[in-house]
Amino acid sequence: MRRHWLGYTLRVSLCALAATSALAAEAGKISDGVVKVGILNDLSGIYSDFTGKGSAAAAQIAIDEMGGKVLGAPVELVAADHQNKPDIAANLAREWFDQGKVDMIADFPTSSTALAVMEIAKQKSRVTMLSAGVAMAAINEKCSPLNAQWMVNTYALAAGTAKALLATGRKSWYFVTADYTFGHSLEKDASAVVEAEGGKVLGVSRHPFPGGDFSSFMLKAQSSGAQVIALANAGSDTINAIKQAAEYGIGRSDKQVIAPLLTYITDVKSLGLAKAQDMYLTEAFYWDYDERSRAFSEKYFAKMKRMPSASQAAVYSATLNYLKAIEKAGTDEAGAVMSTLRGMTIDDAVIRNGHLRADGALVHDMLLLQVKKPSESKRDWDFYNVRSVLKGEDVFPKPSDACPLNAKG
Amino acid sequence: MDITLQAFMAQLTIGLIGGCFYAMLSMGLAIIFGLLNIINFTHGAQFMMAAFLAWIGLTQIGPWLGYPDFQINFWVALVIAPLIVGVFGMAIERTLLRRLYHLDHLYGLLLTFGVALVMEGGFRYVFGVSGQGYEPPEILQGPVDLGFMLLPKYRIFVVVASLLICFGTWYLFERTKLGAYLRAGTENPRLLQSFGINVPVMITLTYGFGVALAGIAGVLAAPIMQVTPLMGGNLLNIVFAVVVIGGLGSILGSMMTGLALGLIEGLTKVIYPEASTVVVFVIMALALLVRPAGLFGREV
Repeated sequence: MRRHWLGYTLRVSLCALAATSALAAEAGKISDGVVKVGILNDLSGIYSDFTGKGSAAAAQIAIDEMGGKVLGAPVELVAADHQNKPDIAANLAREWFDQGKVDMIADFPTSSTALAVMEIAKQKSRVTMLSAGVAMAAINEKCSPLNAQWMVNTYALAAGTAKALLATGRKSWYFVTADYTFGHSLEKDASAVVEAEGGKVLGVSRHPFPGGDFSSFMLKAQSSGAQVIALANAGSDTINAIKQAAEYGIGRSDKQVIAPLLTYITDVKSLGLAKAQDMYLTEAFYWDYDERSRAFSEKYFAKMKRMPSASQAAVYSATLNYLKAIEKAGTDEAGAVMSTLRGMTIDDAVIRNGHLRADGALVHDMLLLQVKKPSESKRDWDFYNVRSVLKGEDVFPKPSDACPLNAKG
Repeated sequence: MDITLQAFMAQLTIGLIGGCFYAMLSMGLAIIFGLLNIINFTHGAQFMMAAFLAWIGLTQIGPWLGYPDFQINFWVALVIAPLIVGVFGMAIERTLLRRLYHLDHLYGLLLTFGVALVMEGGFRYVFGVSGQGYEPPEILQGPVDLGFMLLPKYRIFVVVASLLICFGTWYLFERTKLGAYLRAGTENPRLLQSFGINVPVMITLTYGFGVALAGIAGVLAAPIMQVTPLMGGNLLNIVFAVVVIGGLGSILGSMMTGLALGLIEGLTKVIYPEASTVVVFVIMALALLVRPAGLFGREV
């Protein structure tokens, strides 16, 4: 009797266990019955041209390409303005995770917002994809298993341009740096590369942020005699520095070139080819690179009447691969999706030869570009000559010990 | 730190150019504050608006009107854009500011600040934030060899033009009969009105004039700075410091302080560039400690 009872209990519990796990699999497939992608970026401020509304449009293209559905569940898109403030970003993210059923948030043109939301996403077991966030901290000391830095970081940008220019024999450098964390880290990464490759940093001018008149700094840089004047700043600072340098005829000869370390195609558009011509720069994406990139970009152009920036293209790629990973993993559970992503080879209209590292860095090919002369440009947005394709392994930083995820191997 | 005399002179010259913009902008602010008691926070936005008008005139208006070759050149823009901005300013004064004269200064400040945000937001919405380039007129392109540096011709033009404008403005307000009326209007509007002078119209025109000065500065700045919705807001903080140092409402004070601070900023950029913005505010703090009414202000 006793044995019978025991056997009965065992059988019942086994059945129950099987039933619950089957149920869990059904329910766990897609949480809340919907996959929701959130785009959190700058819709009104200084970063809105290269992210902004265009990022959401790019995400929508990816969703449409997947047929608007994954594993039978609908895919929805939400977008909001984080105003480049970490506290606003954190509040929006909490709301989206807790009440909005959002599974993944992408973009973050301001690194501080990215780091704030990464932390919350980790606690709530959701995914973040930094398509525009370039801070090294995101893959170093602040790295998270549920985060991907889905385009570039300051090191890859700086190293790409620096290595390419050093290879042409330009060994002496002068930095014009925005005097805040971002500028300093760009300068640090680039000077490390310059010194490691036998180059020399002749001097640095750190300008207040945002700066208005750069002529003093550019003249100082010019008189240093350096072969490369590297601009470790971004946006309107970079644009003004280049524009004013052109006024003084600085950087117009082969003996001394200007190299902006972080430039988007929107900056070149704003400067005009007459001012920007001949500059070398590194980007992760250029719309006119090949057939596939053009096909995506024309789709984007039809929607936005502009060509996509690298960040906007990155949002497309991030969303597309996130959805593909859900399909492959058979669930939208954050951990499973991320490990599936790490096992995939990323190859789409935007990212080539990509693989996602344990620390969240997406290592992939980058492009060394040179701005065309006005006479070479055949249409609007025809801005760059692709000088070379930089292998991901050569330009992305080695995994850092600062990230505990790297230690596991 | 080794600085050659050449580099030193070059940096001083650049400082002078910056100082010219400070002087023109702070003069407009000083006039508006001195005569209307309004702390005009829209000044930066009005500066930006004029730069945009110039850019629209040069590159956009032709295509908009269907004549792609039609454009309003720099010289015409230098007259028209400040006029439009001035009229726009007068409309704001007539419809909004006028209602606040009997209230505390703070209300005027809040109103003008709000108007500035709306204007900047509007331009940002239509034209984006990366900004637009504006080429100086052909005759002013290219540099001149000054011996110690190559200075773009356009920058020389800016220095000469803004010094003339500043001097002219000072003369108008301090040395002419019209200027005397204006100053009397601030001292005792009722008395002046009893002499048969239409004080409200005079005030509107004065506000328009102050705003137009910002407009001239905006058009002059367009070929130097990228034309962006934020170009004025970024400058305005420093310009307010200039006005405070010079003495709120002192026309001569704001002009001299503007030029001097431009030079000091230029020198700081040579010695310790990180401090080049801070130095203005340090001087402001010191000036307020020593002379609370400003260097050129009258103690009340």
